[in-house]
Amino acid sequence: MGIKVMKWALLAGTAMTAPAHAVEISYWMWDGNQAPVYQQCADAFTAQNPDITVKIKQDGWDNYWTSLTTGFVSGEAPDVFVNHVSRYPEFLANGVMEDLTDRIATDSYDMSGFLPGLAETWNKDGKQWGMPKDWDTVAIVYNADKLAEAGMTAADLENLTWNPQDGGTWEQTIAKLTVDKNGKRGNEEGFDKANVATYGYVSSPLSAFGQTEWSYLAVSNGFKYIDQAWGSKYFVDDPKLAEAINWLQDLSLDKGLMPTQEMAGKLGAAALLTSGQGVMATDGSWMIGSYLDNAKFKVGFAPLPAGPEGRKSMFNGLADTIWSGSPNKDAAWQWVKFLGSSECQSIVGKAGVVFPARPEAVDLAIEAHKARGVDVSAFTKLATKESTFSFPMTERGQEVDSIMKTALDKVMLGQGEPAEVLPAANEEINALFQ
Amino acid sequence: MERQNRPQAAARRLTMRQREALMGYLFIAPALVGLTLFFVLPTLRAAQISLTDWNLMRAPRFVGLTNYEKIWSDGTFWESLRLTLLYVIYNIPVQTALALFIAVLADRLARQVWVRAVMIAPYLLSNVVAGLIWLLMLDPLIGMTNVFLELIGVGKQGFLSSPDQSLISVAGINIWRHVGFTALLFYAGLQAIPREFYEAARLDGAKEWQMFRNITLPLLRPVMVFVMVTSVIGSFQIFDTIAVTTAGGPAGTTKVVMFYIYENAFKYSKMGLASAMSMVLFCILILVTLAQMRLMRADQSDLG
Repeated sequence: MGIKVMKWALLAGTAMTAPAHAVEISYWMWDGNQAPVYQQCADAFTAQNPDITVKIKQDGWDNYWTSLTTGFVSGEAPDVFVNHVSRYPEFLANGVMEDLTDRIATDSYDMSGFLPGLAETWNKDGKQWGMPKDWDTVAIVYNADKLAEAGMTAADLENLTWNPQDGGTWEQTIAKLTVDKNGKRGNEEGFDKANVATYGYVSSPLSAFGQTEWSYLAVSNGFKYIDQAWGSKYFVDDPKLAEAINWLQDLSLDKGLMPTQEMAGKLGAAALLTSGQGVMATDGSWMIGSYLDNAKFKVGFAPLPAGPEGRKSMFNGLADTIWSGSPNKDAAWQWVKFLGSSECQSIVGKAGVVFPARPEAVDLAIEAHKARGVDVSAFTKLATKESTFSFPMTERGQEVDSIMKTALDKVMLGQGEPAEVLPAANEEINALFQ
Repeated sequence: MERQNRPQAAARRLTMRQREALMGYLFIAPALVGLTLFFVLPTLRAAQISLTDWNLMRAPRFVGLTNYEKIWSDGTFWESLRLTLLYVIYNIPVQTALALFIAVLADRLARQVWVRAVMIAPYLLSNVVAGLIWLLMLDPLIGMTNVFLELIGVGKQGFLSSPDQSLISVAGINIWRHVGFTALLFYAGLQAIPREFYEAARLDGAKEWQMFRNITLPLLRPVMVFVMVTSVIGSFQIFDTIAVTTAGGPAGTTKVVMFYIYENAFKYSKMGLASAMSMVLFCILILVTLAQMRLMRADQSDLG
């Protein structure tokens, strides 16, 4: 009996693998909104390549990276995974990514069809480590109903300016949109900053690199994170950064126009805005859908305020990477090629969850939003070389992250001044590279 | 024939004492296998890793005691130990006293099953779920707790996002989750105390408080030892609630030792250093436990 079962199993096994070489490859990502859309891509891919099936797994941001790194050791890592620049230098140093250069050359795969800068980010010293997937920029998100209550229109947010001294029209607008419990606005006589009902500006707790919370201020004020891409020297002691952070600290602790970090809780800008605690926030394009789905009011998007050096948004390009330990590299490469193709990126664009790396697919995303009555040009117009800067790419990014986070917490909790806390953090950071 | 007889002959040669010992080992064998497989071997492996420089992605490199030297001069590690100790101080006395109070109350006044069921309810939630519930409840802007506090005129509190209240809030969440279970252990212990003692005491005119001091507390000591040892160890190892609610923040005020070890292992990919820290914590916990057993005369009972 036992022998019979085994025979059948063996037969079944050979029948399944021998003729078609059917393989299942795994693909991991951290964004839950995207998983169903990529399942559509996977279905289209398997229709064209019947011998390859794709198994998609999604995991929350923190857990994602833990599973990935432990997977590299245990041999359970996915064949293909979505990669982020904050981890890229570390992965490169440890040889866990497959070099795509030769495969691109052999297949004469055209890498020029992506938005400028995206393929280049994932190219180091002539070697390509990732296939451009999507990108994001930052813009102002606002509650259009509350804007109207203040007698303002979307046009009033189109050309905001900011400077670290008086905050420019950005601060004036924030003040005008802040209302205290007695109905007095932040720019009116007798405004009670201790009893605010609605804040003009809400923010997530400041993150280490300030992607959506402070980088647009600091960089437009002339701040540079590091000496060069792949560098080993941080400039967090730059007074230009201290000025920008100082403005945020004052806005929240002294002027009462933004919730203090202590009172804002840990739920982040999207929760604060959609629950009606604030009128404006700055957030990334990957959050568009989340705002539209969760807000019970009309949501609008406006371009970031222009600082002394113009309008500046962080521009962050994600990529798909093959694990160097994958047992199915050929199949994985077929999938990665498809992920980068106009076909798959158009599926992703039409779903409108994220901006794909190919310009024609970006247009589809813009149209998809337009069909829902939403204008997302505040994000897409900023995707130019002049108005963007990239995530600081260095090794030991995770340790830098912890040091910066603690320093910025201290500032926003009123435990220290930026001009003292940030240079101390800079010393600690640069000591990591010695 | 001869073949069949052999085992019986062997058995006959064992003395009673030997046979008892054999049975004993057989009984503890499952637990022993589990202990070896899931505790002893991993501990030895961690000790081995602690002597290496290993980032998970490359082969480990033997570095001797370098990791231990690094820990010695790592200010954040010692600060994290200080925070852990502070946490234990916030957590244990309140939790134990409250649990004892609830247990005595339940034993005296409400011995119905549903009372015990309500007591243990929070413990049925995982730490992560409890953490998430309280993260929302304690949120300064949209949480229920602050709405209530404002109603009674206390005013809003930062709780988990306030540097002064974060560690206390975490302790509060864990007390809420564990107090019922601890109370249940005490409750079980109370059932083992012969009722006659109380009757005799009452005849002698003893007050409730005197009976508690002179009968309940001393006779509850074996349970107390168990509760203290396990809850102090658990408290030193606080991790999941913090990972869910504060992630070590704000401004590092809840970066307890287990969270710092986790950061080193999985965020900074310093597996060797993290293992060395675990070994240091392991030694500290052994010392703490030995001290507790000694102080509470764990091997003696006042009963009988």
